[in-house]
Amino acid sequence: MDDLRELYQEVILEHVKNPRNKRTPADANRHAQGHNPICGDAVTIHLKVNGQGVIEDVAFDGKGCAISLASASLMTEELMGKTEVQAKTLFQTFQEMCTKDDPEIAQGVDDDTLDRLRVLSGVRLFPMRVKCATLAWHTMSAAVAGKNQISTE
Amino acid sequence: MNDATGSAAKIVRGDNSAQAFDVARVRADFPILSQTVYGRPLVYLDSAASAQKPRQVIEAMTQSYETCYANVHRGVHRMSQLATDAFEGGREKVAKFMNAGSADEIVFTRNATEAFNLIASCFGQVHLGTGDEIVISTLEHHANIVPWQLLRERLGVVIRVVPIDDQGNFLLDEYEALLGPRTKLVAVTHVSNALGTVVPVKRVIDLAHARNIPVLIDGCQAAPHMAIDVRALNADFYIFTGHKVYGPTGIGVLYGKRDLLNALPPYQGGGEMIASVTFEKTTFKEAPHRFEAGTPPIVEVIGLGAAIDYVTGLEQDAIAAHEAGLRSYAEERLSGVRGVRLIGTAKEKASIVSFVMDNAHPHDIGTIVDRAGVAVRTGHHCAQPLMERLDVTATARASIGLYNTRADIDTLAEALESVSEIFG
Repeated sequence: MDDLRELYQEVILEHVKNPRNKRTPADANRHAQGHNPICGDAVTIHLKVNGQGVIEDVAFDGKGCAISLASASLMTEELMGKTEVQAKTLFQTFQEMCTKDDPEIAQGVDDDTLDRLRVLSGVRLFPMRVKCATLAWHTMSAAVAGKNQISTE
Repeated sequence: MNDATGSAAKIVRGDNSAQAFDVARVRADFPILSQTVYGRPLVYLDSAASAQKPRQVIEAMTQSYETCYANVHRGVHRMSQLATDAFEGGREKVAKFMNAGSADEIVFTRNATEAFNLIASCFGQVHLGTGDEIVISTLEHHANIVPWQLLRERLGVVIRVVPIDDQGNFLLDEYEALLGPRTKLVAVTHVSNALGTVVPVKRVIDLAHARNIPVLIDGCQAAPHMAIDVRALNADFYIFTGHKVYGPTGIGVLYGKRDLLNALPPYQGGGEMIASVTFEKTTFKEAPHRFEAGTPPIVEVIGLGAAIDYVTGLEQDAIAAHEAGLRSYAEERLSGVRGVRLIGTAKEKASIVSFVMDNAHPHDIGTIVDRAGVAVRTGHHCAQPLMERLDVTATARASIGLYNTRADIDTLAEALESVSEIFG
C-alpha cells in the first residue's frame, strides 16, 4: 500500500478532480495529439508560442487514467512562460525522475519546479505506468517540433 | 504419452457433480498458482487473455522433448515416427474435442489470429470480389475485424456490422436484415472476449445457411468454457487457440469442413504442403497439410492434446457449472463495491465480468489491485469498436478460469474497496 500511496498522492488526486488548463485556447498555434495504443489514453496539447520561442499559453484535453491526467495538468502549470528550450530540458529531467531512483537533474531547472513535479516520481516503482506519466510530455515535445501526432508505441 | 504424465484431477463424484467439482485438487495441478506477487498469493483473474498451464501440459511437452522428438512426416527413423504419431494424435484429440467429422478438417496455425488471416486470404482469393459483403458483429475482437479491413483495401469487399443492445446482446433480427444477395461470409464470435456475451451462433448459422452463406465462428473464448460441437452447430469454419484452453502458446486451430478447405488455395508455400514439386509445376496436398507449410508446432500440438485431455477429464459441464457459480458470485460482490458498474449484462454470458468505476480509470484499478496480488486485464481488450459502442474508453475485466475460487473473488472485491478508498 505504501507504493500505492506514493503513486496516488493527494496532489495527484486533486489534479484529477480539478485539472488545470483543461481547455482549447482559440489562439494556440501548435497542437499535437498523443495516444497510448495499449490503454487507449489520448491527450491533445495546445501551445501558443511567440516569436521569441516563449510558451505564452499551454492547455490540454483528453481522456485517460489518473496518472496521465494529473501529469498533463501539472505540466501545463510548469510550462507557462518557459521557452521551448527550457520545456525540452524539463522534459528530460522529468523522464529521469519517472524512471530512476537517482535522477540526473538538468542545469537551470529550479528547485520549486522539481518539487512540484516530484509528486509523479512514484511512477518509477510502476514500470508499466511510466508511459502514462510521460504521454503529455511526449505530446508537448511533438507539438514544439511541429509534429501533429505521436504514439507511445 | 499421457500415461506417464499422470492423469488430470478428476471431479469427485457425488449426487451433484457440479457441486463436487474439486477446485482444490485442480489448483494443485497448476504450479504457477503457488507463486506470490508483492508478497501476496497470486489471484489470477486474467484467463481470457491467457490461461495458466497444468503440470500435465508442461510435463507432456517436456517429455516430448526428452523422449520422442524429431521432425514429423519426414524421416523413416523411429523418432520421427514416434513424433509424427504424437503430433497426429494431437490432431485427433482436437477433432474429437470439437466433434469434427475427421482430423483432416483440423488445420494448425501459429495462433487464432493467423487462422483468421488464413481464411481472409484464401477464402478471399477464390470467393470474394469488389462489392461482396462480409458480416461481422460489434462484439468482435480486432483479430476478426482487421483481416477483413485489409481485404477491403485489397479487394473492395464491404464489411457489415451486426449491432448489439446496451446490455451487450447480439441482435438477431438486425443480423438477419443484414444478410443479402451480396453477403458471401458471416464471421462472428461465439463468446465476446470483452463482455462474455454468448452469441446464439446456432441461429446465426441457420439463418446464413438458409441463404447459402458460409459461417466462420470465433471460438477463442468459448472453447475454454463450454463443449464445442461443430457438427451440431453446422459451422463451416471454427477457430480457437491453444493457450486459452490451458494449452501452450504458439498453436491455433482452424476447423473447416473438408470440401470447403479443399476448395481453397494454399496459404503459404513451402515444405510439408506439397504433393510434388518441379520447377515447372507444383501440386499441393489436400487439407490440412495444404495449409501447414514448413515444420509445424510439433510439441505445441502435443501440449494442446494434453490440455484437451485435462479439460475433458474434468468434464466440461462441471467446469461450466463451477465457473457460472463464480461469475454470479463475482457480479454480486463487485456490484456491492461503491462506484462499480458492470459493463455487459447480456442474457447469456460466459465467465467474464467487465466493469468500470465512477472515479477510477481502469488502468488505475489494474495497478491498485495488482498490488493486492490480483491480475485483471484493463484496457480496450482489442475490441475498440465495442468500447466505443458502449461509450467507455476501457474497462477492467475479471475473467474466471477453472482454477478460480470464491476467495479469489473476495480478494478482488476487497482490493476494489481500496481503489474506492483512494479515489473516493
